[in-house]
This record gives sequence, C-alpha cells and structure tokens, in this order.
Amino acid sequence: MSSVVDIQNVSFAYGEQTAVDDVSLTIEEGDFLGLIGPNGSGKTTLLHLMLGLLSPDSGSIELFGQSVDSFDQGERIGYVSQQATSRGGTMPVTVRECVRMGRFAHVGHSRLTDEDRRIAEEALETVDIMNLADRRVNQLSGGQRQRAYIARALASEADLLALDEPTVGVDADSRDAFYQLLDSLNNAGITIVLIEHDIGVVTDRANRIACINTELYHHGDTESFVESDALSEAYGTTGTVVHHHH
Amino acid sequence: MSQPEDTAVDHDVSKTGGSAHVASSDPVRTLELVGIGLVGVLAAVMVGFIALDWLRLYPYADSYPFVESLYSATQIDPVIGQLFDQLMIVGMWMDYYLGTNVFKHPFMWRSIATGVLIGIVAPLVGTYLVHRQMALIGETLAHTAFAGVAVGILVTGFTGFGGSLLFIALIVSVIGALAVQWLTEQTSTFGDVPIAIMLSGSFAVGTLLISWARGTVAVTIDIESFLFGTLAVVTPGGARMMAVLSVAVVAIVAITYKQLLFITFDEQAARVAQFNVRGYNTLLVVMTAVVVVGAMQVLGVILVAGMLVIPVAAASQIASSFRETLYLSILIGQASVLCGFAFAISQSLPSGGSIIVVAIAFYLLAIAVSDRSTSLSMH
Repeated sequence: MSSVVDIQNVSFAYGEQTAVDDVSLTIEEGDFLGLIGPNGSGKTTLLHLMLGLLSPDSGSIELFGQSVDSFDQGERIGYVSQQATSRGGTMPVTVRECVRMGRFAHVGHSRLTDEDRRIAEEALETVDIMNLADRRVNQLSGGQRQRAYIARALASEADLLALDEPTVGVDADSRDAFYQLLDSLNNAGITIVLIEHDIGVVTDRANRIACINTELYHHGDTESFVESDALSEAYGTTGTVVHHHH
Repeated sequence: MSQPEDTAVDHDVSKTGGSAHVASSDPVRTLELVGIGLVGVLAAVMVGFIALDWLRLYPYADSYPFVESLYSATQIDPVIGQLFDQLMIVGMWMDYYLGTNVFKHPFMWRSIATGVLIGIVAPLVGTYLVHRQMALIGETLAHTAFAGVAVGILVTGFTGFGGSLLFIALIVSVIGALAVQWLTEQTSTFGDVPIAIMLSGSFAVGTLLISWARGTVAVTIDIESFLFGTLAVVTPGGARMMAVLSVAVVAIVAITYKQLLFITFDEQAARVAQFNVRGYNTLLVVMTAVVVVGAMQVLGVILVAGMLVIPVAAASQIASSFRETLYLSILIGQASVLCGFAFAISQSLPSGGSIIVVAIAFYLLAIAVSDRSTSLSMH
C-alpha cells in the first residue's frame, strides 16, 4: 500500500494566528478519511495545504509520493470546494461543459477527442445526472450541483477525491443519496477526504477519522475514535456533541 | 427545502427532453454558427482591406531594393494599387445608391474595419472578464490607456518619435495591466478599492500630462476624439495595429479556451488541477489592455469598457451554455457595432455613444426575451 497523502509535522499560520500546529497524518490508498473539528479549527486550511493551495510554514507534504510543490499530476485529484467559492452560481455553463472540464488537465491545449467526450458521458451516467446534462449548473439544486462536480472529478479519472463540506444546504434525502454515491466510489477504489460538520455522517461512512482543532487530536480508524475522548477534547465540551448527533 | 424545486426540475426535463426540444434548438444552433461564420468572413474581408491599404503604398520598397524587385517580379506592384482603386470605385457606387458620402473614403473603411474587429475581440475577451467579475478592471485599463495616450503625446512632442501614438499607449496600458494584476493579488482583502483608486489615478495623471503638454509642445491631437470616440480618428497605423492584435487575441483565446474557461468557472479547482492560474490571469488582463487600446480609437476611453461588458451581459441572459454565450456575445457585439455605425453615419453623431446605446438596446431586448421564456416555462 502506498500513501496518497503524507503530511509530516506541518504548521501554518495566517499572520499571528496559528491555524494548523504540527500535524502529521497519512492517507493510504482506498481510505475514506473524515476530517472533523469545530468551526475555525483549521480543517479547510489543512485540506488546502494537502492540495497545494497553501504552502506550509514548516513541515513537508507529499501527494502520491511527490512533494506537493513540484506535484504535476493535477488530474489525479478531484476537488469539490465549498459551494460559495465556485462561480457556478452565475455563469452560464451547462452540466456537460462542467463535467468535460475534468478532461482539460489531460488534453492541455489540444482538442477534446471522442474518447474524452465518452469518458465525460460515463461520468454523468455514474452519478446519475445524464438527464440534467444540458441544464445550466446554476439552475440545479444543491445536491444536483455537487453531483455535477463529482462527475467532473470522475471524468478526470481522479484517484483522490477531496470534498469540503459538500452537503451544506442540501436536503436530507439528497444528502443520503450523495453519501451513498461517495460510498460506492470509495468501494470502487477511489480515496476520499471529506470535511463534514455532521459527525454522525462521518462516523457512519468514513473508515478513518482525523479530528483536529489546530492540533491533531485523533487519527485512526473510526471504531477507536468513537471509543476515545478525542472529540470532547477537541471540541472542549463534555461529549454532548456526539450524543446530540446520535 | 429543495423538494418542490426538484420536482419542478423533473417536470421541466420531461418537457424539454423530448424530440420536439431537439428539433427546436437545432435550428437556433445552426443559425448561431452561420452568424459566427458570417462574422468571420466579414472580419477576414476587413483584415484583407487593411492589408491592401498597407500594401498599396508598397512598404519598405524604397529602403530595400530587394523588396522592390520582389513587388515588381510578383506583379504585386501594379495589381494591389489597381485593386484598391477598384474597391474605392465600388465604394462610390455604394454611396451613389445609398445617397451617402461614406464608402468612397478610405478613412471610413479603416474605421469600419477597426469597428468590425472590435465587435469580435471585445466581447470575446469580455466573456471571461465579466464572468470573473473583473468588469471594473476593463474600465480601469481604459483609463490607464488614456494616460498612455498622454504619455504618447509627450514622447512624440519632445522626441519627434515617428511611431504611432497608439503604440506608446499600448505599452503603457500593458504595464498598467500588470500593475492591476499585481494589485489584485496583493490586496484581495481590500476588494476592488485599490482598483477604483487606480482608475481615477491614471485618468488624473493623464489629464495633468495632457494639460502640461499643451503648454509645452505642439499638440495636434484632438483629445475629445480619444475620450468619446469618432470615426475619423482611426489612422492607417491604428487600423493595422488593430488587425494584428485581433488576429493574435483570437488565436490566443482559441488555444487557451479550455484553460480560461476552467479558471473562470472554478479557480480553486483549477489550481488543484495544477493549471497555471496566475499565468492565465495575467494573460487575460494583458489581452484586455490590448483590446482596450485598439477599441479606444472608435469607442473612446470612457465608453470602451461598455463593449467588453454589455454584449456579454445580453448574451448571458439568453444563452444556455458557455460556448453559446461566447457566440452570442460576438454576434450581439458585431450587430451593435454595425447598427451603431449606421446610426452614427446617418445622424452625424459620435460612433462610440451610438454603438453603446445600440448595445444597451440589445441588452434590454435580451432581458425581455429571457423573462418571456422563463414565464413561459413556468406554465
């Protein structure tokens, strides 16, 4: 088994404000890692560090065995950001156009081939939004839109799927269906990193948990996390959070 | 919460997914492609005219005997001149039948050719600019270009530099574009305030330089025509520059269409996919500066940004995909330029204002059409 992500002693601060302090963790191939922690605990910062969107103040990060600074296999990562950061809200882009973007990193400046288009259509099929292919992304509901972004990641044949609170503002039924989709993708061999505020969802779906609040409080399989008191330590409460969600 | 929304979507899909939808959308698509084809032919003719206008004077023939012998050996020497004369005779006939006094003048053809090219490249670059929410940057670069014109007046006044005023404006504007790019990178926390300051700042510097130049060197340039745009301001050199820039911009957008689209749509995901986001951002801003300087000749500094924004805004109202937005922006941009020219010529009014007013009319029409289609689809 090789590491997909290998983080060693990474720290990062916004000015004086430390966001991530001396965190080390590895993500193995096929893992479904739930990244949890209270608001402002540095979850998103840690994810951005992993993906090379931010550079650590100290420590080292490797993606697929390659230092993140010199990482050049962008097509291996599918990234679904928090909804607010994408222009999908206003731009006239169809679902099919969005999914085909997944092929852009493969073809560079040359034209998309029939094979590229076929892979994009398959991705639409896999996440079950073929009937929405010609609709504008900004006309979709929250759950449908996140499926479109997942399809884009599938079209790029990503080995690692990174999701930052993908189901904020998505209704309960669509959310369940969305997590079933993630499960089946994980079973098909795709490594998943998921930031999620709903701890119940994470303990149900993920096989590994990293609980952080600036520092890493727990990193291991889900069973040991549920039994440990990492949650109450990280959240600074008496463990009511976990009961609240069960 | 989104339960009723979802059922509405399903309903819509079942309605539009049928063969009737395919039959009704295909002619529209064909029509768009035919329109784009016609615009392409028109642009090629106009670039051809600009080339003819240049070659009829047989450039470099005096300084390089080799070039002169090449001209005569290939028969270019008499042929180009004759061809140009024939074209002007066609123009005279057009004037005769239309009752105008326009098409027999080479300078009018230069303006029209420049306008046609603006109608393509401004909406083309504008489509990315608008959807990156960088419309203010277009406006800022236009005002930087004005400072560039002022610098150009000074340089030509003092040194007798024979080159084009616009060429100096182009250099200043590109430097301004790089400065804007640097500002946006440094000050993301302050939003667009530094850009707004740069907008008025560069215009202030421009007015100061021009006032000072007026008292110091002989200024033969009509500043008002740079501010508001006229048909008469386009020089052969200016038209030539526009032709070269247009071909370059269209080629660059054709090559980087996918990268620019991805970065515009989802910048963070593009970074993760290891796109050179900073490089493409710089490319977009520099292309904008280049288009602004070219378009300034006909539209004027104050109105040039409108051509970057309004056709795109109109197209975004009615288009269903990004590619369609791009096509429709160019078609609307081109229609605005041609109708604006017709209005300006027939009423003897400035071209810049006419083009922008026509473009806004198209925008309002697009809103009306899209309102009608959404209200129809709700029933």
